[in-house]
Amino acid sequence: MTEALPIVIVGAAPAGIRAAERLVEAGVRPIVLDEGLRAGGQIYRRPLVDDGRSYRNRYGSEAKKAERLHAVFERLRPSIDYRPETLVWNVSGLERSGHLDVLREGVHRQIAFSKLLLCTGATDRVLPFPDWTKPGVYTLGAAQTALKAQGCTVGDRLVFMGSGPLLYLVAWQYMKAGARVEAVLDTAPFRSKFHLVSLFVRAPRIVALGLFYGAQLQLSGVKVRYGVRPQTVLGEERVEGIRFRAGGRTEALACDAIGYGFALRPETQLADLAGCRFRFEDRDRAWLPERDAQGRTSRKDIYVSGDGSGIAGADAAEIDGELAALAILQDIGNTVAGDRPRQLTAARARILRQREILESAFPFPRDWFETVPPETTLCRCEEIRIGEIHCAVGAGSIGEINRMKALSRVGMGRCQGRMCSAAAVEVLSSIRKVEPKETGRLRAQAPVKPIPLGFGGPLDTEESR
Amino acid sequence: MIQRISTDVTIIGGGLVGSSAALAMRQAGLDVVLLDKGFCGAQASGVNYGGVRRQGRPAEQLPLSQRAHGIWPRLKALVGIDGEYVPSGHLKLARTERDFAKLEAYAEMARPYGLDLELVGAEALKTRFPWLSAAGAGASLCPGDGHANPRLVSPAFARAAERAGVKVFEQMPVRDVRATGNGFAVLAGENLEIRSRQLVNSAGAWSDTFAAQFGETVPLKRIYPSMVVTEPLPLRLPVSMGEQGGSFYGRQVARGNYVMGGGRGAALADPDFSRPSVTAASSVMQRAIALFPHLANAQVIRFWSGTEADMPDGNPVIGPSRTTPGLFHAFGFCGAGFQIAPAVGEVLSELVTSGRSTTPIDAFSIGRFAHAAAQTADSL
Repeated sequence: MTEALPIVIVGAAPAGIRAAERLVEAGVRPIVLDEGLRAGGQIYRRPLVDDGRSYRNRYGSEAKKAERLHAVFERLRPSIDYRPETLVWNVSGLERSGHLDVLREGVHRQIAFSKLLLCTGATDRVLPFPDWTKPGVYTLGAAQTALKAQGCTVGDRLVFMGSGPLLYLVAWQYMKAGARVEAVLDTAPFRSKFHLVSLFVRAPRIVALGLFYGAQLQLSGVKVRYGVRPQTVLGEERVEGIRFRAGGRTEALACDAIGYGFALRPETQLADLAGCRFRFEDRDRAWLPERDAQGRTSRKDIYVSGDGSGIAGADAAEIDGELAALAILQDIGNTVAGDRPRQLTAARARILRQREILESAFPFPRDWFETVPPETTLCRCEEIRIGEIHCAVGAGSIGEINRMKALSRVGMGRCQGRMCSAAAVEVLSSIRKVEPKETGRLRAQAPVKPIPLGFGGPLDTEESR
Repeated sequence: MIQRISTDVTIIGGGLVGSSAALAMRQAGLDVVLLDKGFCGAQASGVNYGGVRRQGRPAEQLPLSQRAHGIWPRLKALVGIDGEYVPSGHLKLARTERDFAKLEAYAEMARPYGLDLELVGAEALKTRFPWLSAAGAGASLCPGDGHANPRLVSPAFARAAERAGVKVFEQMPVRDVRATGNGFAVLAGENLEIRSRQLVNSAGAWSDTFAAQFGETVPLKRIYPSMVVTEPLPLRLPVSMGEQGGSFYGRQVARGNYVMGGGRGAALADPDFSRPSVTAASSVMQRAIALFPHLANAQVIRFWSGTEADMPDGNPVIGPSRTTPGLFHAFGFCGAGFQIAPAVGEVLSELVTSGRSTTPIDAFSIGRFAHAAAQTADSL
């Protein structure tokens, strides 16, 4: 008798770990593939080597959750087939049962699955502004990763800019780490923060924490500006400052690093390669794989969970991972006792409602491209400027994002649009004066990330273990 | 509300064939409507390898291919961009002595058609192309062949046609087409009705459906190339490359990326979309490293595929319908339509204006399949 194909989880972060935990409890031994060296994901990223810092020191207000999740994972280790440093770069063979193409330590393998749970998370959403490619400009997520995983700062004198709760959190973390934070440049107007009043009723802890960070920053002399639009990064070779407009005034600040970002964008390429149907989610201004409350996609045997299926944050991802595991257990014929799925679904829905309010307090800067000059780089990999997009769109009467890619090369480079496509969609929709949804969805192609040309060799197919 | 248009010619399919035909017909003074179910040049015409190659084509295609060879250098004047066309030369490798003998025989055959191929022996290959390894028994070089960027070239023909006055309708799938006795009626999209004297079926891999509606069954099969592209790398590969047997082809574009292909992909659930197979992509990558050791540490950034029409005898269908006066077909280019398409466009223009082509196209008659079908029926 052949052994049954394994259940495979991609991503060992809040969603993936909680899913694995629930599967293991039911007697299933999942394969857990993770690109990182150590489990935890972006939010609960662990240092590559232990540097003696405490959880409190490393994760601040989220220390308890981080510690708990890491402990769960360590406990699971003997009961799961965990493979770190594994890049899942394709889903193929879907005309049969389907398998993942993975690369680990330079060796290509195909892993067949009976059920696949994608917990692929999210990356920073970035929007170009003049000189954003200058050395010393980081995303908020990268700035945070430097602190958490490498125990270093990206600069000594910093300015943080953008929109989203992460903006104030990272600024505060840098201040705590002893760096000099010059300013927090919030691109949202001050009045948007009044939305937090209604959030206070639903989620007092989030608001209290936000107020705490804000107050501590201001008390420490960090300048906070609202309604900011950057004009340029100062400095010849690298960042020496930033000039921006806020409240009708132009201001310049000296700094040696800038951290910036506009909330997150979900990583959905594997779901796309797996053939899942997508829908546009206004809240994330992004296309998401269609899913039910528990993470079942339009494709049998393929499930999505966590931020990769819609941005809701780490707490929601933990809940969501368990929900997806329960769905998988139900679908393989296990009885899921009691009320658990319903409770979890309700808890996740509560967080999503909070997200709506946060989105109003930290709104996406819809008018961004009205002030960004045409010579600004949009696509770093292919070195395409915004002005070239205007020309290509005009000359080719382009209204669709895949068409724009074909005619302008935006999103054709190393990042395959992971970095630039959110902005590219905004540029296209601002030129065409339509909602981003109307410009269509950028289709994913394998490999999800670059793979060595010499990866091939004889294919090592793993039917079962 | 129904939009009604009356025109001289309706063209179904805005690939490179349909778009260049539209442009040529417009230049000949005709009123033309060009329809595409998606975007012009977004299917096989826009996502192919980009080989502008005469070498290797069967004898019957060479006159048409030579005609196209005269069009490519005039691209800028014709459609406003050069489409990254580079007459770099096309180097076709032979792995074995037997393959080299085939290249020799081909060169002999092609000479009367004006195709001067230079045979390069194994030793000369090493000195002239030192970056090439594992080359085998020799090669055949076609100096005037080259490559271009299909993403840009094919849509540019459609845009040029539009600028010249062709009515181009994209995202306008044809729902119904029929002969009216004195012409054709085409229903497209939600509310477009076109009447025309003549009709061109250049719908690529979707052409068989339209041919069948006029009682012409063709043994068209869909094929899906398997393409791989690397990150940009220092310029080193001066020619477009192929291999006798066709299992590998590759070129380096001006930006530095190596564009390579070989083997076949597969259709997705929506047959308008396809993906390369990992097995095919992997063997392309293996072969690339064997041929170009300098690529050992290169990264592959994307795979892609497309939907092409294949015919059993390796030749396209070009010419008048056998059942319906005023209908012309041009499809089934078997993965090798890019170079030849602009000449096919001119031929189609000649056919609709004068009823005859100045370049021989008899070998491409749709009738050859009617014949085969009848013979099969007889033998049963």
